[in-house]
Amino acid sequence: MNSEQIIEVRGLTKKFKSLIAVNNLNLNVYRGDVFGFLGPNGAGKSTTIRMLLSLIKPTDGSIKIFGMPLKENREKILGKVGAIVEKPDFYMYLSAYKNLEILGKLSGADTSKKKIMEMLELVGLANRFKSKVKTYSHGMKQRLGIAQALLHDPELIILDEPTTGLDPQGMKEIRDLIIYLSRVKNKTIFLSSHILREVEIITSRMIIINKGTTQVEGTVEELLKSDNVSVTFEVDNISKAAEVLNFTMWNKNLKSKEKNQLLLEMPQNEVADLNKHFIENGISVSAVIPVKSLEDYFLKITEGGSK
Amino acid sequence: MTTLIYTELQKIFKKWRTYIGFIAIGVLVPIVQTALYFTGDDYIRALTRTFQDSFFMVGNLFNGYLVANLILNSLFIHFPFLIVLVGGDILASEATSGTYRMLLTRPVSRFQVVTAKYIAGMIYVTVLLAWLAFLSLGISCLIFGTGELLSFRGKLIIFAADDVLWRFAFSYLFALISMGTVFALSFFFSSLVENAIGPIVATMALIIILLILSALPVEILQNLSPYFFTSHMAVWSNFFDDPVDYADVWRSGSVLLGHIVGLYLITTYIFLKKDILS
Repeated sequence: MNSEQIIEVRGLTKKFKSLIAVNNLNLNVYRGDVFGFLGPNGAGKSTTIRMLLSLIKPTDGSIKIFGMPLKENREKILGKVGAIVEKPDFYMYLSAYKNLEILGKLSGADTSKKKIMEMLELVGLANRFKSKVKTYSHGMKQRLGIAQALLHDPELIILDEPTTGLDPQGMKEIRDLIIYLSRVKNKTIFLSSHILREVEIITSRMIIINKGTTQVEGTVEELLKSDNVSVTFEVDNISKAAEVLNFTMWNKNLKSKEKNQLLLEMPQNEVADLNKHFIENGISVSAVIPVKSLEDYFLKITEGGSK
Repeated sequence: MTTLIYTELQKIFKKWRTYIGFIAIGVLVPIVQTALYFTGDDYIRALTRTFQDSFFMVGNLFNGYLVANLILNSLFIHFPFLIVLVGGDILASEATSGTYRMLLTRPVSRFQVVTAKYIAGMIYVTVLLAWLAFLSLGISCLIFGTGELLSFRGKLIIFAADDVLWRFAFSYLFALISMGTVFALSFFFSSLVENAIGPIVATMALIIILLILSALPVEILQNLSPYFFTSHMAVWSNFFDDPVDYADVWRSGSVLLGHIVGLYLITTYIFLKKDILS
């Protein structure tokens, strides 16, 4: 990981009258990161992204991008940032080409026909460059959104749900594009997504927020490798297994009991000991299934589980 | 800044609604011209009825200048609607369509964006007035020829043919200030909401209300009337007076320019402070 901080957010807070959308949020994004920004609906993701792009003014806290305070260096910073905020909306009465030309000019990009067509080619819209955007499907607009974000060759790319509305093939293409931009072009990418599998595959570091506050921040591996893991024991006799468990220190770790499965949240290094304990007490364990996907982790964090 | 203004002009002139004003004027003016072509002599007779016994009138009194003056008089009340169609849309439509998110994440200041939009809107107002001038004055002169201008301002004034064009030039210039005020008002309303209908309706409603209040023969309203911007909008017609009341022109012009600058500053302040939530 490069130690150069690209985004540094400290104590970021946004209040809308009595509603606190973002509460004392801290985050750090380093050069070359593909940074996952996760949270359930209403967690404050879009509000945070809007504050990062100066669409919304924070109530409190500071934002530094490229080491510069955003408030004082807005134009300088935005010249090096490409973004999609929520769904990409364009001037519907203009063609895709004209939209890119207008937005590109305002970003100081090369708006030669060659460059714009290259960008449209990259997102698979070159054959529809003359069509008015109002004739585009949501997926096509999403691709055009990617194109406008990349046109001025930004150093930092902020993508808010970039694969929403795309078919599986389109989603894969965008994922591949993000990986290409990160690995080959060395871009720093700030990716907000609901698709946890996508974040798990693409991102190097991530943050999970809920109710406007940071829940966890770190690399995907670090977060999934926390001391406590969720594990399912598949046993032949559930009532006997529960009885055995009842007399152990792991009783407090039991989360649920269903059919022939016991779900426990426990320290990883004690899983083998519990398995051994079951067997020694005559319980046949047919499977020990660790539950460690990002999705499970995400749900655990955002549903009020422990950090 | 030039790029921004150019971009805003492209947005304005790529929209169908922009051409409603041009089409409306392009249809209305020829209809008036056609009607006057066939009934113009009757109009002159009616206008000069009280003088016909005392004066012997010669020359081309029913000419392009008179037609242009009549059109300017009759269209002036309706013209604001054509302005607010665009003025009310300029800021609000970006919110409605969500394009603020694209526009305001570019490396340009919000001050530049709102100023460019304002300038582009004023260019639209100017072009629309120029279109009115071209059709009502230019085409009317081609059809009806030129000559002395009869102006009825409580009394009948006859201007020599070579004393007319500068009056039209200044009256159109003043009309630009009047319509600029209407534009500034709709632009201001447009900054408050996320739908273009609201600013259009609000601006027209305010203009109509103020015009009605000014017209009511109630003393308190008559005293308030000079403070309504609408009371100053028709001062363009002073240029068809003899002598021209320049003090009145300056006073009304200053009030309207004050409104333009004031509304622009308030709109800019609102725009700079605005959270983009659309």
